[in-house]
Parts: sequence; structure tokens; C-alpha cells
Amino acid sequence: MATLEQSETTAEQEDGVRRRDFINIAAVSFAGVGGVAAVAPLVMQMAPDADVRALASIEVDVSKIEKGQAIKTSWRKQPVFIRNLTEEEIAQADAVPLSALRDKETLKERTASGKENWLITLGVCTHLGCVPLGVGEGENRGDYGGYFCPCHGSHYDTAGRIRKGPAPTNLVVPEFEFTSDTVVRIG
Amino acid sequence: MVRIIGFLVGLGFVGVLVISLFTDLSGYFNEPPQESAEYKYHLEPKEVDFSSDGPFGRFDDAQLQRGYQVYREVCAACHGLQYVAFRNLEEIGYTPEQVKSLAANEWEVPTIDPELGEETTRAAIPSDTFPNPYPNAIAARAANNNAYPPDLSLIVKAREGGAPYIYSLLTGYQEPSKKLLAEFPSAAPGTGLYHNPYFANLNIAMPPPITSDGQVTYGEGAPEATVEQMAKDVTAFLIWTAEPRMESRKRAGIAILIFLSIATLLAFLAYRNVWAEAKRQVAPKGPLDPENMAKREQAKAEAAEEGRGVEG
Amino acid sequence: MSFAWAKPYEPKTALGQWVDERLPLPRLVYGAVGGGYPVPRNLNYAWNFGVLAGVFLMIQIITGIVLAMHYYASVDGAFASIEHIMRDVNAGWFLRYAHANGASFFFIVVYIHIFRGLFYGSYKAPRELVWMLGLVVYLLMMATAFMGYVLPWGQMSYWGAQVITGFFSAFPVVGEPLRVWLLGGFAPDQAAITRFFSLHYLLPFVIAGVVILKTWALHIPGSSNPTGVDVKTEKDTLPFHPFYTAKDGWFILLVLMAYVTVTFFMPNALGHADNYIEANPLATPAHIVPEWYFWPFYAILRAFTVDFIIPAKLWGVVAMFSSILLLFFLPWLDRSPVRSGHYRPLFKLFFWIFVADIVLLAICGVMPAEQPWVALSQIGTAYYFAHFLIILPIISKIETPLPLPSSISASVLHGEAEESAPYGLAKSQPANA
Repeated sequence: MATLEQSETTAEQEDGVRRRDFINIAAVSFAGVGGVAAVAPLVMQMAPDADVRALASIEVDVSKIEKGQAIKTSWRKQPVFIRNLTEEEIAQADAVPLSALRDKETLKERTASGKENWLITLGVCTHLGCVPLGVGEGENRGDYGGYFCPCHGSHYDTAGRIRKGPAPTNLVVPEFEFTSDTVVRIG
Repeated sequence: MVRIIGFLVGLGFVGVLVISLFTDLSGYFNEPPQESAEYKYHLEPKEVDFSSDGPFGRFDDAQLQRGYQVYREVCAACHGLQYVAFRNLEEIGYTPEQVKSLAANEWEVPTIDPELGEETTRAAIPSDTFPNPYPNAIAARAANNNAYPPDLSLIVKAREGGAPYIYSLLTGYQEPSKKLLAEFPSAAPGTGLYHNPYFANLNIAMPPPITSDGQVTYGEGAPEATVEQMAKDVTAFLIWTAEPRMESRKRAGIAILIFLSIATLLAFLAYRNVWAEAKRQVAPKGPLDPENMAKREQAKAEAAEEGRGVEG
Repeated sequence: MSFAWAKPYEPKTALGQWVDERLPLPRLVYGAVGGGYPVPRNLNYAWNFGVLAGVFLMIQIITGIVLAMHYYASVDGAFASIEHIMRDVNAGWFLRYAHANGASFFFIVVYIHIFRGLFYGSYKAPRELVWMLGLVVYLLMMATAFMGYVLPWGQMSYWGAQVITGFFSAFPVVGEPLRVWLLGGFAPDQAAITRFFSLHYLLPFVIAGVVILKTWALHIPGSSNPTGVDVKTEKDTLPFHPFYTAKDGWFILLVLMAYVTVTFFMPNALGHADNYIEANPLATPAHIVPEWYFWPFYAILRAFTVDFIIPAKLWGVVAMFSSILLLFFLPWLDRSPVRSGHYRPLFKLFFWIFVADIVLLAICGVMPAEQPWVALSQIGTAYYFAHFLIILPIISKIETPLPLPSSISASVLHGEAEESAPYGLAKSQPANA
């Protein structure tokens, strides 16, 4: 045993108290950090899986869509509208002054250059996510000849822009690219 | 009462077990079970190393790519890989473009004709999984002498012995030894069967898949395509298909172990600190005991008088 | 709760007081695992495994809930959904391996906990109900583990379900209808997998409920201790927090290191290769064995091979169920007033023979049903029943126990290093200054 001086003992004890507190705090905070880190995989597992992410782009052959017709296809499990606009519909859309729009965008900005007749939008109403009508033959296309959402009465024009009703913005145009004259890749 | 009933129940069980024991043993000695051919001539898998072995093991991408080539050219005729998608090939070093062209040019997957609704095929895309070579199990059996070629996605994990077993099986085809045939004439492979001492019952329905050196033409810079090399490469590829997340698993494991060992050490020190308190309370023989302190004080005082130090 | 000197909860903050007056939850926690629960000061590391079992129960519930977000309980989709979890779900491989190996670690920890109870006589008065509730937890764990093992719908899953539900068909008259009712069919199929999933999700919460009851029952007499001597004064105890929270804390981390090593570096070592083959109702694997934690019971099941009055199959099933059920009567089979095995030389000898017997039965359980394993499992099974039903009652009558220490603190005083060793048996003499 070491030689003990009374005063040294006291000093050691005080030092000891400080060192002890430090180690206890370090141990508890280390364990806390570990606990928080362990939560990461529990949160991450809810994000889209690798196979869901792998389906993030699709290719669509649009050669069979006549002028004035539209089709509904599915991208990332959401409906996508692909419409082949007629000359009148394009003219109608171009005739609208930007000031009359809630969400100011021209048809040109919403389509690929040189392919202004191909209007590609998500078929998801920007209000609360219903699928608007107007793709099928004879469906209600709303007051502005585009799409009409029956849930809460949003009217979209021939460029898929919101004109009347509760929806805040135009139908979303997904990222797309014509890989050839007749094939479009979405996503 | 509980003990009396328990005692009788205990005697009952023990009695029946003793009867069972003697019946079984007398049966065993009167009619000793016959040794079977597979018991005597079955071989344990060969010793073989893979770069993915051990806690720091990593996949060798070049080897996995060669293994993929062997799978495509040799195994895929009969065996599917249904849980692996072409996009997964990016994990073994192919670029996304390579995967796309490889899927489109080398593989066809079943689909439904979008106009007519009939079954047809199309070129594969990266998000497709490897197609099964047969439309269903019945067709697979019909084409293979009633033996079902198993899917290979999980084969390394689904076989006792793992990767060394797969490698041994691929390289283990041989003529049955004369000794075996003399002892067990019925162990000779029947029609459509092949002798392989690494297979559980010695006779396997799969024809030798890798038969000659250079059967698969490896690209430049690759090792020579010997039978052993090809078998090893395709086994490495199958280790990957069975456990594609192995690298991240081992990496994460090492990081977590390092973290935990520090945390454990700190927690142990904290535990010692906390308990030092409790031990002082019940350790009246320690140096901090009031009685001892008093004694030490006294000893020190005496020592000071005599002019010498004191051992605490 | 239990002792007069247990410190009552004193809220430190105004908020704590506000909550405590309305919902005395802080008070409950403080009394259960805080400074308000006095614990014998001489507990050794064998006493850490109860808390550890709670930790693994929590790990299983948490990983299980997230796995259930990705699992399909369907005959066609179950196996593929597991592979989907292993390959595509973010961190899915980690969650699944953590859950599968977590089950094994839960059993390891619980087995050590049970053997500690057996050695130190924790089942004796006044803790009989603690012991019995623990057995209920164990039975629920076995049911949960079995049903969980069926869910991946591999070959072992399927044939495990077939064989284990087959136990019930051994009972005369009601057996076969009971088996068909349990499965909802004549063989394990969609009905079985769906109900097993439902119950596998439910039972862990029932276990948690029973654990709360068990903790409650434990807090009435307080924890037992290595000497088996009752707590007499405040000097015999320490508050649970910070002393045992600190001790449990570092030990939990140590066990987690072992768990992480298995989960990340040999995740399939405790499993079986055949379960990576999708279930095939037309072909049984060559050698089917249950998971390791059932091996001893599997050996007991197979040990009976003679139709003596009733069929051998029924003997096996009855013996297997009895082997666990008899533990409920243990407090009345072993009537020795001395709790701790340290002071019972004869009991101690047979205790270690019993441990060896369980190891032998486990080995017999995993081996194929051939000699000499059949004979060894018969001997092992006979000892198992003899140990509890014949040897223990006799020992408690004839044994002369060693002198007990007068109190826990007296036992502690004779040396810190052997704080748990019994008075008079310590290797070292009391330390001198």
C-alpha cells in the first residue's frame, strides 16, 4: 500500500469525484448516441425499397395516339396523362394571357420544344390527389376543355393549367424526354 | 401429496424409458443397422478459399463478372436466378449502361403483349429479375428426366456446406471407384445419373456442367479458364447472389463493434465508480475505514515521534 | 414497495410533481427500477439476465414490428417477401438478421436466467408466483418462436409446422380434429400461415404483460440473492438506481457485443440451410431438426420408442409437455428450507449433473435418430424426470446444509472479491488492514 497523507487523501477524493462524474456522463452519453444511431435503420426501412426506386423511369410508345386523343399510363404507381393536342387546342392554350392564370406557365414551357402537341402531365389533381376526368372518350373535360376533377371541381385547360376550382397549381409535368419520334421516356 | 404423485409419475416415465432403452438396444445388437454406401463413401467438401471469407472479406468484382459469364453460358440453360435483378449487376462493377445493354441483348423475359394480351417475350430491362428457363416446375422436370433444377439465387445458403460444397460438387464428378461398386453394386449410377461423391446420395441427376478447360472464353487479363477456375468463379458469383448485402453487413458490423467496445469500456468504468461508493460502505477493513484511519493516525503520530516514515 | 427503508419518490422538478400528482407513473418507475427499489447488495452477474431478457424482448418487438411492414403472410409471397427484405428493403437484411438472431439470444439469456433460478432456489417461498409467471413467459416464448419460425415459409418452417402440430394428433379421439383445427386445414397452408402471423404479432405483447405481472410479484418480497438469506436491514441492500442500473448497463453492452458479432459475422450459424429452400409440401428434408432452443425437448419427444399401454408417440408428447409442466410444481417438490445451492452440497452435485444432462439431451436432439443417440436420449430423459420427481424430493429430506451466514452484509464483509461466495466457503480469508 502507498503511503497515505491525510491531505493527499482528501485531494484525491475530490479529484476522484470529478473524474467519476466525467466518466459517468461520458458513458451515459455514449450509450445515448448508440441508441439514437440504432433508430436510423428503423426509420430508413420505411423509405422506398431498391426495387421501387428501380421502376422510377418508364418508356411509352406514343405512335398510336391520334390527334385529340389521350392515354393514361402509370409511372411510379401514379397515373400519367399523355395527350396529343389538336391545333385548335394549342391555339386555345396559347391565346390565354398569362395574367389570367393562377399558376403562370405557357404551353411551350410545359412541353418539349418541337413537340408542343404532346402534353404529358401527372394525372393527379394538385388539390388533394384525385384523378381528373378527360382522358376517356366522352368524359367531362371541364369548362376549359382540358381536364376536370370531380372530387372538388377543379377545371384545367387544354394545357393542363388550373383555371377554376380549389387546386392551387397546374397539373405537374414530370421529367420526360423523347428518345425517338415515337418513344417518350418518363422519369 | 405433490411429492407422492410426482414420485409415481417420475417412476412411470423412467420405467417406460428403461423398457424403451432395452428394447432398442436388443434390437440394435440382434440386427445391427447396415452401413449404407452414402454413409461410407460420401466426401466432405474440399477446402477452398474465397475473397469474401472472413470478417473483412470483400467480393472480387472481376471474379464475380467471370462467374456471371459462366452462369449465363453454362448454368442458365437449366437454372433460374429469380431473386436477382439485372440492376443488381451494377453492384458487381458493371456500369448502368453496361447493365442496360447486357439485359437487353442477352436476356428475354416473359411479358403480356400490350395489344393482344397474349403471352410473349421482350428484351429485358434492368429492373427485371433473371428469367426462369422453364415456364413452371412441371416443364422443368419434363425436360430434365424428372429432376428439378433448383433456382440458384440462394443455393449457397440453402446447402449444408455452403460455397465449398457447391465448388466441390461442380468439380467432383468422377467414375465410381471399383471398391465402392464391389461393396455396394446398387450404388452404380443408373440411367440419367452421374456419380459424384460430394452429393448426399452419391448419384446426381445433373450432368457435369463444366467439363473442359476453356469451355467459357474469358476476356483479356482474366486467369486461364480451367475447370477449377470456372467452378470457383461461378461459385463466387453464387455467394454474391445468395448474400448481396454481405459487404455492407461486415463493414457495419466492424463499425458497431468498435463503437460498442468503447461504450462497454466507459460503462464498465462508470459501473466501477458507482460501486466504489457501495464497497466503501461495507468494507470496514479498507484503508478508508474510520477505525483504520484512526489507527493510521496514531501510527503516523508515533512514527513522527520516532522520526521515520510509515507504511500505510 | 417491499422494505421499510425504500425511499419514496420525491419529484425534483415542478413538472415532475405536476405529473406525479395526476398520474403517479414517475413514482411507479422510481419504485420499480429506480432509487426506490432496495436490492440485496451481494447479487452476482447471474442476476443480470432478467433485465437482459427484457432488453431482448424489446429488441424482438421493435425489429418485429418493422419487419411486419414488409412481410406478406401468404403461401406464395412469404418466402419471396423475406428475400425482398434481405435484398431491397433499406437496412432490411439488418432487421431480419437482428430479429432471427435476437430470438436465439433471447433464449440464451432466458436459459441462463432459469438455471440461475434453479441453482439459487429462486422458485422457493415467497417467490413461487414469480417462478410460475416466468414459466408462463417461457411457454409463450416457445409458442412465439415456433410460429415465427414458420413465417419465412422455408422447408424447415413448413416441416416444423407439420411436425409440431402433429404432436396434438397423438392424443386419442380429440387429437386429429384438434390438429386440423389448429392448422385450419389438413396440412399447413394459407390458413395456418395467416393465423400464425397474427398470433406471432400478438404474443410478444402478452409476454410483455406477463413480464409486468412478474416484476410486480417480484417486488413484493424483493430480489433473491446468492446466499438465499433474507434481507434483514438496510445495510443488506442498495438502491436499484444507480447501483444496479450501472451494473446492468455495462453488462447489457457486453452481451450486445456478442449479439452484434453473431448478427453481423455469422448470421446463419444458428439457423438451418434448408430454410433457404422454399416450402415444398411434397418433399421433406433429409434431416429435420428444430431450432437449437428446442433440441432437449425434441430429444425427450423421440426417446420413447415402445408402445407400453399407450402408443410410443403419445408417451413422447406427454413426456415433452410434462417436462415443462412439472417445473410449475418445483416449489413443492424441493422442500429444502435453504434456497442457495452454495449451502447444499448434495443438491449442488446433482444440479451440475442436471446441467450436463440438458447438454446431453440437446446433443441427442440435433443428432439423427440412430444409436447411440437414441440410447443416450433415453438415459438423459430418464434422468431429467428422475432429477425433478425423485432426486430433488429425496435430497431435500436427507441433506445437511452448510451453516448459513447470519445476514447478507455479514456474507459480504468477508471479502469483496468473493462477495457472492457463501460464508465459510470463500477461498480467501477476511482481508486484514
